[in-house]
Parts: sequence; C-alpha cells; structure tokens
Amino acid sequence: MAEATQEIDQVLKKSYGAGFVTDIEQDIIAPGLDENTVRFISAKKEEPEWLLQWRLSALRAWQRMTEPTWANVHYPKIDYQSISYFAAPKRPEDGPQSLDEVDPKLLETYEKLGIPLHERAILAGVAVDAVFDSVSVHTSFRGKLAEEGIIFMSFSEAVKEHPELVRKYLGTVVPVRDNYFAALNSAVFSDGSFVYIPEGVRCPMELSTYFRINAANTGQFERTLIIADKGSHVSYLEGCTAPQRDENQLHAAIVELVAHEDAEIKYSTVQNWYPGDEDGKGGIYNFVTKRGLCEGARSKISWTQVETGSAITWKYPSCVLKGDDSVGEFYSVALSNHRQQADTGTKMIHLGKRTRSTIVSKGISAGHGRQTYRGGVTIARSAEGARNYTQCDSLLIGGNCQAHTVPYVDVKNPTAKLEHEATTSRIGEDQLFYCRQRGLSEEDAVSLIVNGFAKEVLKELPMEFAVEAQKLLGVSLEGAIG
Amino acid sequence: MLKITDLHAEVGGTPILKGLSLEIPSGEVHAIMGPNGAGKSTLSYVLSGREGYEVTSGSVTLDGVDLLALPVEERAAAGVFLAFQYPVSIPGVSNLYFMRAALNGVRKQRGEEELDAPSFMRLAREKAKLVELSPELLKRSVNDGFSGGEKKRNEIFQMALLEPKLAILDETDSGLDIDALRVVSAGVNGLRDPKRSMLVITHYQRLLDYIVPDRVHVLVDGKIAESGGAELAKQLERDGYAEHRSPAA
Repeated sequence: MAEATQEIDQVLKKSYGAGFVTDIEQDIIAPGLDENTVRFISAKKEEPEWLLQWRLSALRAWQRMTEPTWANVHYPKIDYQSISYFAAPKRPEDGPQSLDEVDPKLLETYEKLGIPLHERAILAGVAVDAVFDSVSVHTSFRGKLAEEGIIFMSFSEAVKEHPELVRKYLGTVVPVRDNYFAALNSAVFSDGSFVYIPEGVRCPMELSTYFRINAANTGQFERTLIIADKGSHVSYLEGCTAPQRDENQLHAAIVELVAHEDAEIKYSTVQNWYPGDEDGKGGIYNFVTKRGLCEGARSKISWTQVETGSAITWKYPSCVLKGDDSVGEFYSVALSNHRQQADTGTKMIHLGKRTRSTIVSKGISAGHGRQTYRGGVTIARSAEGARNYTQCDSLLIGGNCQAHTVPYVDVKNPTAKLEHEATTSRIGEDQLFYCRQRGLSEEDAVSLIVNGFAKEVLKELPMEFAVEAQKLLGVSLEGAIG
Repeated sequence: MLKITDLHAEVGGTPILKGLSLEIPSGEVHAIMGPNGAGKSTLSYVLSGREGYEVTSGSVTLDGVDLLALPVEERAAAGVFLAFQYPVSIPGVSNLYFMRAALNGVRKQRGEEELDAPSFMRLAREKAKLVELSPELLKRSVNDGFSGGEKKRNEIFQMALLEPKLAILDETDSGLDIDALRVVSAGVNGLRDPKRSMLVITHYQRLLDYIVPDRVHVLVDGKIAESGGAELAKQLERDGYAEHRSPAA
C-alpha cells in the first residue's frame, strides 16, 4: 500500500506541471498514457497486484499494436496521449441542482420518449431526492438477489469482494491482445458491472444498468463480466433510451459473457450516446468489444442491440460456440442519421457439434448516415452438423445515405448448413403517401414504417425496453425526411 | 359535397387536367370513365394531395373546405379517402395497428378523443364483416403478401373505419375476379350514405353493374367530355371512347 501511495504521489507531482484539469480537487489525471498512468489508476482503485500486472501486460500489448483501419468509418486520427484516463466519480454538487438547470432540449427528448419523471432527473444527473430513491431501490434490489446467491455489483467492488471469480474469468473471452481497443480497455478500464448467477438459479428479474446509474461513474472504458453457471438463466439490460452525453469522446468498452452447461444469457443493449450535431460535430466514438463464450453443452447466448447513438459505432457482439449443441443469437437494429457512421455486426464461431446460430441484422440509414453490416460465420472442423441462419436487411431513407453488407463465411466442416438472406429497400414515396392519406403525419409514418422494418429485432427486447426503443427510433429519425 | 371548378394540374411540367369541373352532392355516387391517359388517376392524386401533382389553377372544396390549401394528412382528416389502385404494403406493421394509428391520427386532427384498444377492436371487427375480411388478415402486416382481392377488400375495410365525406375509388375493380368484385361492391354499397360523396374511377362498365352510379362522366384529355346517367356507361362499353377523342389526340 505504501508503495502504491508513493506512486500516486509521483504521478501527481509529475503531472502537476503538465496541468491538471482541476488542481484543487486532483480528481482528473493529466492527459497521457504510460505505465505510470496504469499504476496510478490501479492504485487509486486499490487493486491487488495481479490485476495491476494484468493491466500492465495489456498496456505493453497495446503499445505494440496499431489502430485498426479496416472498418468502413472515417474520423480524424485519435491522439491517445491527449486523453485523460482517470476521473474520480462525480460528486452530486457538481451536477445540475434541479431539472430547471438542465438543457431544455434534453428534457424535450425525455418527454418524447415517455421517460417517467423521477427517472429524468437521474438521467440528467440532477442531485435531488430522486437519487436517494434510486439508492434505496438499488439496495433492496441487491438484497433480494443476494438471497438467491446472485452477485450483481460494480466491477471494482467485485475485485475486492470476489477476487477469485474475477481472476478466474477476466480476459478469458476477450484476451488482452484481442484487438487494439480491447488492449486499451484492459490497461485502463474504469468500472462496469459484474454478475455471477450460481448453478441452477434463474435470475428473478431483469438486471439493468438503470439500477446502478449512480452506483459508479463507469466512465469511458467500461468493463462488464457476466458468468452464468450451470443451468442458470439471466437477462441483462445495458444502457437506456435517453440520450446520454459525455465529455469523453472516445469510448472503448468490453463485455465478456460466459455461459456454462445449459445456462442462458440474454444481453440487451439500447445505445443512445450523443451522435453529434447535424454536421457530426462532437459525437461519441464508440469502439466496443463484446463477446460471449458458450462454454458448456446446450448453453445459449443471445445478443440484442438497438444502436441509435454515437457518431461512430464499431461493434461486433459475438459468440464462441464451444459447447456441443450450444446456441448463439444476434439481433440488431442500427440506425445512422445525419453524419453518423456505424460498422457493426457479429461473429459466430462454431466449435462444438450441432451448434446453431441466428443472425438478424436491420440497418437503417438516413441523412448522410453510413451503415455497414460486417459479419463473420466460422465453422471449425470440429463443428459437425453446425447451422447458421443470417438475414441482413437495409432500409434507406433519402438519397444521401449508404448501406453496405460485408458477410464473411469460413466453413471447414462439410456437414454444416448455412443460409444467408439479404435485402435492401427504401422508404418509398408511395408508402409515405399511403400512410399520410390515411391520416398519419409524415413523422408518424416514417416511425411506423421503420418500426415495422425493425420488428423482428424489437420483439426480442424485454417488454419495457421494447416500447422505449420503438419511440427512440422515431425520435432519432426526426427531420430525416423533407 | 365535392366541388371542383376549372381545375388545371400538371405532372412534371406536362398539363394533365385542363379545366375540369365537377360537382358530387353528398349522398351521390359518380363514376368517371375514360381512356388511358385521360387523367383519371391524376384526378384522384390531385384531390388527395400527392406530391408531384401540381395544381396550376382552379379550386376544390369539400363541404366548403378548401382542400388544395391542406397537406395530405389534413385532407384525410377533412374527410378525403382514396382507395388505391395499387395498395402499398408495409412489412412488420399489423393491419390493426396501422388502422388504429390512422383512425386516431384523424380523430386527433378533428379534435376528437382517441379510441382505446378495446373500443377500436370492437369497431374493427364490425367493419371487417362488411367486406368479409378474416380476423387473421387483420393481424397480418398491411397488404404484405395479400392477394389482389384481399388488398382491395382491405381498402374498403379502411374506408369503413375512417368514414370519409369523400371516397375516391381508383380502379377498385382492377385485378378482381368476379367473386371478389361482388364482395367489394357490396362493401361499397353498404357505405353509401347521405353525408358521403363517392367518386368511382374505372375503365370498365362491369363495376358499375354492381355499384350503380347516380351520374357517369367521361374524362377525355383532362376535361369532362360528357355527363349522363348510369346508361351512359353501357353506351361507352358498346361504342368505346372514339367519338370523345379530340382530333389532336
């Protein structure tokens, strides 16, 4: 501990001259990334030595890697040394003190999305009683889960309370050297969620990030680890439909899922990070690595995502189907309006016998949006009798947007069966006219048509999420026509 | 009552309607017949306000309301309904969901209260009987994978729900076999109403055996060339449009 404190001091001293954002509070580290930064973060979080070493090995890997350029997205070069890699959680008094101080535009959007009043304050970061409500909800909720033996806590807490579990699984699905952004995250990850469902337990409720909105400032390098032990079942919801703003432009998260024998994990995401203005200025860059391992026989991992935010999305939630008869699913709706760019899809890696995977991807482009579906289906030699069904549909709105489809297929076992369907369509003037002739406004008509297009995916979302996601698609497309 | 006065309209700079005048009193059914390219479908789109159909002069009022000043959906709320020649499909959107959104959209614009789901369901089931539309079809995506007959029956079902003041039927008979034609016509006849004007656009007299019009108008080269009673349709069926064609055409 003494050593750690010394290191903190060193970093603080060194960085002081380079300029803290605030030199009084000392809660944001100076920009730059080297071994000292990693040691500083690890020490601040009072992490054990093994985790520090793990982070350092990731840093060394990252330093030898180069940023990938194969994605169909374009953005100015990121200067990784100009980013600050640690910020202490925000204190309540730093945020707006009441909804009156919140950007009216944001409130208007909450209204349109039908977000309950007490949640709006929390989402806008207002320090009011609502936050205390949420704390109490959070506490009673955790008590209920604990009765079942379920662990659901922040990643940092898990490192302290369940180090053996974290150590056993961390990096087993997404190794530190997996890719550039994964290595970066592994070196400097801030916080995230940790979930463990014991053998045979069916989690009695949807686990939602909403319950930990104020539990921690998860920051730009989020790390989530979910383990479903034999025969267990869990449904996890990430994100929320309300637009989220963040002063950090670069986000590089990692999600690792492990499903043991007969276990099932359903992971749903609604991502609505700030997409930038109409010219694409100021939007979030979202470079995410999400992967699930179907470790045991007959296990199942299902990803469902609704991606409407971020200026740039680079994201491929994938499944490694190792257990015999295991099942992987990927349902995705990605929407790019204005200048948004999304390169997203999935990888299904079939290793076990009779493994099955389903991919349903719905891309919607409007304005100058650019949309790429990138999918990889790999059937290993061992994957006797594997099956994949892929469907990717693109919907274009207006004449300036783009849709691309890049499916990769690699089959090494002749008994595999693969199907691929793809369509591209445009919201037609005739469809709009038909709807309007029946009395719908143009915006309602667009929203209706888009929701119809995305229905197959939306119905995979948990009910309350699905309703919000439907509205979100409509709101995100405002101004896309005419 | 629909009142069209000296209507001129063009599509892509080409004049199509050239001084069309027509009055359809409430409670009456008028048929418009005419050769290909006379402007029949253009008339239906101009009345409903489709983009690309430019009115250059003239006026159109429905019960005194200036239709030309309104965008498409407000005309719908004012009581204009167009039964499409080629109904459009909307994959993934159930017929019932669509029609509830449409009906409530119209009611909202009229300042009426929106219908809740159970009341709407009752209404929809009742109206579906009129054109023998099966409950299963109501749940399917709008016109997606519907047969020609199902599509047209669905149009009349929608019309029954929306209860328009002006119903325009654009070649509703096209693509219908004789049984479907009977069902659709019976549906339309069931919707005749003292407060409703109907405009039936067709190529063939056949439809008018089932939907007997109060007046028949012959549209040639963007103008009404002749008007008469139901017997005019039979005469056209026999003699064709030759005598109505302008020498230039």
